[in-house]
Amino acid sequence: MTDADATPIHRALGLTDTELHEIVEILGREPNRLELSMYSVMWSEHCSYKSSRIHLKRLPTTGEGVLVGPGENAGVMDVGDGIAAAIRIESHNHPSFIEPYQGAATGAGGILRDIFTMGARPIALMDPLRFGPLDDPRSRWVAEGVVSGISGYGNSVGVPTVGGEVVFDECYKGNPLVNVLCLGILPVERLVLAKATGTGNLAVLLGSATGRDGIGGVSVLASAGFDEGSEDKRPAVQVGDPFEEKRLIEACLALLDASLVVGIQDLGGAGLTCAASETASNGGMGMDFDVAAVPRRELGMEPFEVMTSESQERMLAIVTPGDLPEVLRLCEKWEVLATVVGKVTDPDEHGVGALRIVDGFGGAVLADVPASSLHDAAPLYERPMAAPADLAERQANGPAAPTRDEATDALLGLLYDTTWVSSQYDHQLFLNTVEGPGGDAVVLRLKHPTTGADTGRGLALTTDGNHRWCAVNPRLGTAMTLAESILNLACVGARPIAVVNCLNFGNPEHPEVMWQLSETVDGLAEACSAFALPVIGGNVSLYNESRGIDIDPTPVIGLLGMVDELTQRPPGVTMAQGDRLVLLGDDLTGPTPSLAGSAVAWATGAKGGQLPPFDAQAHTRVVGLVRALVNEGGLSGVHDASSGGLGVALAEMSVRSGVGVNVNCMPGTAQLFTEAPSRVVVAVAPAGLAGLLAAAAAAGVPAVELGAAEGDRFLVAGAGELIDVAVVDLTATWRDRLPDALGAGTTQA
Amino acid sequence: MIFMLFSVQVEVSLRDGVADPQGATIERSLPHLGFDGVRGVRVGKSIRFEVESADETAAQAEVDDLCRRFLTNPVIEDATITLTAVDAASARG
Amino acid sequence: MAARIGVVQFPGSNCELDVIEAVRLIGGDAEILWHGDAELQGVDAVVVPGGFAHGDYLRPGAIARFSPVMSAVVEFAGQGGPVVGICNGFQVLTEAGLLPGALQKNRGLKFLCAPAELRVDSTNSVLTSAATKGSVLRVPINHFEGNYTCSPETLAELRDGDRVVLRYVDNPNGSVDDIAGITNGGGNVVGLMPHPERAISALLGSADGLPLLRSLLDAASVSV
Repeated sequence: MTDADATPIHRALGLTDTELHEIVEILGREPNRLELSMYSVMWSEHCSYKSSRIHLKRLPTTGEGVLVGPGENAGVMDVGDGIAAAIRIESHNHPSFIEPYQGAATGAGGILRDIFTMGARPIALMDPLRFGPLDDPRSRWVAEGVVSGISGYGNSVGVPTVGGEVVFDECYKGNPLVNVLCLGILPVERLVLAKATGTGNLAVLLGSATGRDGIGGVSVLASAGFDEGSEDKRPAVQVGDPFEEKRLIEACLALLDASLVVGIQDLGGAGLTCAASETASNGGMGMDFDVAAVPRRELGMEPFEVMTSESQERMLAIVTPGDLPEVLRLCEKWEVLATVVGKVTDPDEHGVGALRIVDGFGGAVLADVPASSLHDAAPLYERPMAAPADLAERQANGPAAPTRDEATDALLGLLYDTTWVSSQYDHQLFLNTVEGPGGDAVVLRLKHPTTGADTGRGLALTTDGNHRWCAVNPRLGTAMTLAESILNLACVGARPIAVVNCLNFGNPEHPEVMWQLSETVDGLAEACSAFALPVIGGNVSLYNESRGIDIDPTPVIGLLGMVDELTQRPPGVTMAQGDRLVLLGDDLTGPTPSLAGSAVAWATGAKGGQLPPFDAQAHTRVVGLVRALVNEGGLSGVHDASSGGLGVALAEMSVRSGVGVNVNCMPGTAQLFTEAPSRVVVAVAPAGLAGLLAAAAAAGVPAVELGAAEGDRFLVAGAGELIDVAVVDLTATWRDRLPDALGAGTTQA
Repeated sequence: MIFMLFSVQVEVSLRDGVADPQGATIERSLPHLGFDGVRGVRVGKSIRFEVESADETAAQAEVDDLCRRFLTNPVIEDATITLTAVDAASARG
Repeated sequence: MAARIGVVQFPGSNCELDVIEAVRLIGGDAEILWHGDAELQGVDAVVVPGGFAHGDYLRPGAIARFSPVMSAVVEFAGQGGPVVGICNGFQVLTEAGLLPGALQKNRGLKFLCAPAELRVDSTNSVLTSAATKGSVLRVPINHFEGNYTCSPETLAELRDGDRVVLRYVDNPNGSVDDIAGITNGGGNVVGLMPHPERAISALLGSADGLPLLRSLLDAASVSV
């Protein structure tokens, strides 16, 4: 091989020729190897959002109570009583496919650091998970490993995992989605940002020693799709240490409590390069960073390896020289390694806000770049986009409804209990969990983060995604997803206050994918405006593809809400023998609804059609009615009709209560399985029926009495029998599906 | 006093008669993977370290004590200790 | 004066604040005892709470038993002081030799966070004195290594001495003889895998942990 054949180093690092030219312009000279490495990780898709930034600007980000919006480590809302809530959502999709346990574990670890970086104590994790089908051995192996990783890390680190989603679909076979949301609370006055200020202040590296793990991880893993050789990428996957993270959390919160920190930043993607340059540029300062001082786990590491390593469980704190002894003392108490690695410099001292990597303070300068150029100068792409060529054809080709004979099997095929997953997560720690996994939304008691005083109010959380809706129509599907989240909150008596989003998409170099992303952003922006909700944070995960096939567009919405008076548990997904069952939001008298984007259509491979209509104003009326009914306390059960439609909603209420269902007004299978939005089933004692229907009429919400909760059979009929199955059989199918598939041990191949 | 360096391998295993759910699970899954006739799977852990001691007897005694007090729970676990003298020159070189 | 409960905190403990909240809810005082201090600060009872004391990488509780605070706890227990180990705390107490037996991995080889029904089989302990013998309590479990194991001789001693204080109605983890909690010969040291502090109000799903925590507070009050 001649020199001419060798790949230039910038391309090997993932930088384009144009990007290299930009760097030369910024520096006024050729970059050296270390500098190139730093730009390559900071300008990667994962760190710079270079393909998506141009679209994300269209999201509404302001509103009542917003303390910190997108762009920081987490969004922060004022939730009253001097308390702020910090929330963030992220993806760890690519690492989790390569090494499911560690990928999921380090995803949890990373997002926890984003939260306590803000000064907040993490109080809850949620895990929206999407895997390939259960009949695929590799997908089973990934699913079991991911759940074990979340369990192993989250339980040990001492933050409860209170909910999430578990979805199985063919499109995730070669690229699972492992998203994670974290919620933290802090006293409003403790809010800290990732800023280095004050010339002469010190940057102290806290936590684990630095190894070679994850070198180039973000650029290698999250900025390219999967193909046959993905297993070879395994060395880039980081290994998590929850005990180290636990001590790091306690040490950092102790430092913040004692006001010993000027600014603090976690080390995530792009490691020390990102933390050092972000703190310096956010504070408008420069920094001299002593790479030789960084404690290492391995011998012979090059400066570029130290600066780009993604070793886990590390933080960078900016402290004054006078406070250093006390900082070191507190870190020693918590057995956390603390090392001075940087000095904040005057922005004018070595050129505008220079980040200089030095070999010992006063020693050789190994790299010298404007700190802000690593972020602000990152490329911004307006990638070509185009609607799929077959869009019109697909939309014209709607799915057929199951026949009467197919209805029972169709229903049984959609049922699965996720307790096998959630029972592996500690979901009760901190004594906050009023409604945990398995409900429509999570409800947590809101206690003051430092005094522990109970506010008598609650925080509510839900995560929702619907790749089927978004595959059919990304814009409307995304709007309907947010609407469903709002309805989920209403089912636990909560009102929404802020949105975070995790946008999981395929390869941005495919114009259809960029079109999906753009449509999704527009749909989310429109829905946020309609419901007056701010987007306070988000994450974009691109290159979710396998062998050139992109996943269905999968925006996952995280919605934070408030329960203004938390005095009783919400009714939950249940019902009592003798209850009357009422459908709110639909009186079943309309034209035959569309099954487009429904789970029952997907199960037969029918992926076309037009989504059912969505009316934001009608939705708001349903939401208001349901929230009021839940908070008045008269319902014995409530469940929104989402994936699997009314059929699955009724079946879940039946299996959770052990009570049969007798519904005799169902016009057909389309009404039973459509995933038309704004529909909720409520169970009420017979004495409450008239009042309930009157309340619906007064609120302008269509309603119909479906039938009774009674007996031990699940019976749905209308013009004829649709479904008749014993509750014990329904329950066994629901309960055993995941344990049977995942509980007996899985194998990689 | 001259010390010798020993390389130590401690194999911690569950005592006979104590149920081993990890071993049993592996054994149960083997036929599904096409490995027939595998029996008696037991899962333990291996811990390696080096110890400096006056001689092999003293090293053995120290490691025995370490295993009894810390590395194993004698209620359910046994330890098998393997000591190997390390050539001092190469170890310290 | 309210009885004072000391709650031990190792670096990886995580249920210590929950225990403190629960104790305060029923009128007791509670405070943290840092694992590195060899002093019990004059508390009337000690709780070793749940969590992962030192990461539990070798074995749950294996390192914790060497913390300075544990010498003081052993001495306190020897003088008849009430000591309760919950979950990881139970594992620590067995490792420290205050209670017999050991906790192995669950039969199902999975972490298990779920409600459990417990039958009170003895009221001769500082954790069950105020409960009703034979009553069934709904209290959550939350562990990977809660499968209680002991020799046949130890099991016979526990049974003969009325020292199995709580049994699972439906054994979730493979524990021998359905054991969920045991006490020492004096009834003043108790270890259990379920978390009574997680069952303190209807809002959280169950208030069945209260009789257990009240028992402990009663025992602590006696020594005030």
